[in-house]
Amino acid sequence: MTRTAPTGGQALPPAGAAPVPALPPAPGSGRLAATGRRARALGGILLSLALTLLGLLLVTFIIGRVMPIDPVLKVVGERATPEQYEAARQAMGLDQPLAVQFLTYIGDVLRGDFGRSISTGHPVAEDLRRVFPATLELAAMGTLIGVLAGVPLGVVAAARRGGWVDQIARVAALVGYSMPIFWLGLMGLLVFYGILGWVGGPGRQDILYDGMVPEVTRLLLIDSALAGDWGAFRDAFGHIILPASLLGYFSLAYISRMTRSFMLEQLSAEYITTARVKGLSEGRVVWGHAFRNIAVPLVTVIALSFGSLLEGSVLTEIIFSWPGIGSYITKTLLAGDMNAVLGGTIVVGVCFIGLNVLSDLLYRFLDPRAA
Amino acid sequence: MTGAPLLSIRDLCVTFPTRQGEFQAVRGVSFDLGRERLGVVGESGSGKSMTGRAILGLVRPPGRVTAARMDLDGQPILNLPERRMRAIRGGRISMVMQDPKFSLNPVMRVGPQIMEAYRLHAGGGRAAARARALEMLAAVQIRDPERVFGLYPHEVSGGMGQRIMIAMMLAPDPEILIADEPTSALDVSVRAEVLNIMDALVRDRGMGLIFISHDLNLVAQFCDRVLIMYAGRVVEELPARDLHAARHPYTRGLLDSLPRLDAPVDRLAVLERQDDWRTEAIDASMVDALPGGLR
Ligand SMILES: Nc1ncnc2c1ncn2[C@@H]1O[C@H](COP(=O)(O)OP(=O)(O)O)[C@@H](O)[C@H]1O
Ligand SMILES: [Mg+2]
Repeated sequence: MTRTAPTGGQALPPAGAAPVPALPPAPGSGRLAATGRRARALGGILLSLALTLLGLLLVTFIIGRVMPIDPVLKVVGERATPEQYEAARQAMGLDQPLAVQFLTYIGDVLRGDFGRSISTGHPVAEDLRRVFPATLELAAMGTLIGVLAGVPLGVVAAARRGGWVDQIARVAALVGYSMPIFWLGLMGLLVFYGILGWVGGPGRQDILYDGMVPEVTRLLLIDSALAGDWGAFRDAFGHIILPASLLGYFSLAYISRMTRSFMLEQLSAEYITTARVKGLSEGRVVWGHAFRNIAVPLVTVIALSFGSLLEGSVLTEIIFSWPGIGSYITKTLLAGDMNAVLGGTIVVGVCFIGLNVLSDLLYRFLDPRAA
Repeated sequence: MTGAPLLSIRDLCVTFPTRQGEFQAVRGVSFDLGRERLGVVGESGSGKSMTGRAILGLVRPPGRVTAARMDLDGQPILNLPERRMRAIRGGRISMVMQDPKFSLNPVMRVGPQIMEAYRLHAGGGRAAARARALEMLAAVQIRDPERVFGLYPHEVSGGMGQRIMIAMMLAPDPEILIADEPTSALDVSVRAEVLNIMDALVRDRGMGLIFISHDLNLVAQFCDRVLIMYAGRVVEELPARDLHAARHPYTRGLLDSLPRLDAPVDRLAVLERQDDWRTEAIDASMVDALPGGLR
């Protein structure tokens, strides 16, 4: 302990002779330990994912059993003899113990077999492959609009707190939270389709283009672009833009508010003063330093918003006659078509769970402080 | 030495509008800074940090800064356009703050944060900036700079973090460093070491240092000259070695309320405050009358 202070500063107390510690006992020293922790965290996430999915299937299974709708009767019809009824019941496995039925059900779902829809006559899985992409495309467009407009709006509102952008953002979010979607949807159709004629009407495309675009992803915008069919692309775009804007507006209201509050928290942090002391421009302080710190929580917000558009676009789909999963579930539910309803529910539920897991994973792997 | 001091400040005021009217956080502070270590001492809330921020042009609206003079190397820097002020910030005057845990960007690796400060003012390519960052890390006595370069702030200790801050703030070679309580968030065991490192760098480069602290002892040992602040004013200014001979009752009070090993007392004196200290503080003419060697 006789090392002299590295500087030889004369005016300093003797404590300066303490040796320079080689490296601090950094929390979580070593990348290896961090990797181990991440692997364990990943295992935990996968386990909870499996349990959540099991729970989802249990719920849909139970709903299927307790509904006051007799699935056998739906198949054989009202006028079947008791023998025909019993034969159908056994063929459907409904005479087995519930536990066996549940295991069979899980096996079926895992193989992608949701049974046959009595209202369309097709296997439910086939119907879902048709309607789900329509919803996915609409929700994705809505989220895209919400992110492209909502994130910059929230950032600027926070950076110029109390300024005119902040005021506009506040009012826009308030309206977005409080306006009934069917009213906005009908007004939108009336003005932009009925009066101005700027957008396509209800549905995903004009009859003219129906079935003309080769199906690859079943997302019309992408398929028509892949096929180089720009007429079909413009048509699909004209149809999707209004409902997507509507959903995008709700998404914007949520995303801009969250962005703003995340940013306000960061902008008052001490490292922002450091960035200013360095002489960085306000733009680089805001985007290069503060925004970087909200990127990870923002991903979670965007994923949640996307999830809620996937499951919550039922009204929009009905108003715009959008042939998506919301319309499908509503229609089949009214027809007592439980296979279709539960199949659709599982798809939506899996999407929501998947998005949650994805944002959790992103958080753990993108934020250097996590793990 | 050239005629003009590095930094010359007269009658600096920082005002905030509040519901009860104007609140003056800094009320007519005047001092000159040469290539020396100037201590600024005072109790919490006496306006030390605000003085530092005002010099850097970092008092955010609705706060307002006025001064009869605020010159850097003889050039006025008060109310410069933001673009020109940015070149001074970090490039010519820099600042190290209290707690490295909060003053480093948590999601950026340490190295790029240092590179950013350097490139902003010195320009040049990434390779040069990287070399400079490593050189600065070595200059603050960090062994294995390559490794520390790639660490995130939460992976380093407080003492190491503060050395990284010093490396970052000195990378563009500023003329003045404001150190705002740079060691009060650190473990007692590493304080002296961090101070030593900062002191050596500041002196090697012939910089001016404004060392803000509420620790009179530390300032007395570490600085050449001391300003005592109270309620937004400088109530006394004197060479550090003459601190024991301080005349102002507030300074005397500060001194008397410090524990001493050589003359133990049963109870430490309680710091007294009087309202007239708020108004009778030393004025600019007294600063100008100070011996020139201290500039
Ligand atoms: N934004 C603000 N609005 C009003 N008063 C402020 C603001 N920031 C700081 N102050 C006040 O200015 C005074 C001086 O603060 P500061 O310079 O931080 O003191 P210190 O000497 O402890 O560093 C304090 O009384 C503080 O409450
Ligand atoms: Mg302070």
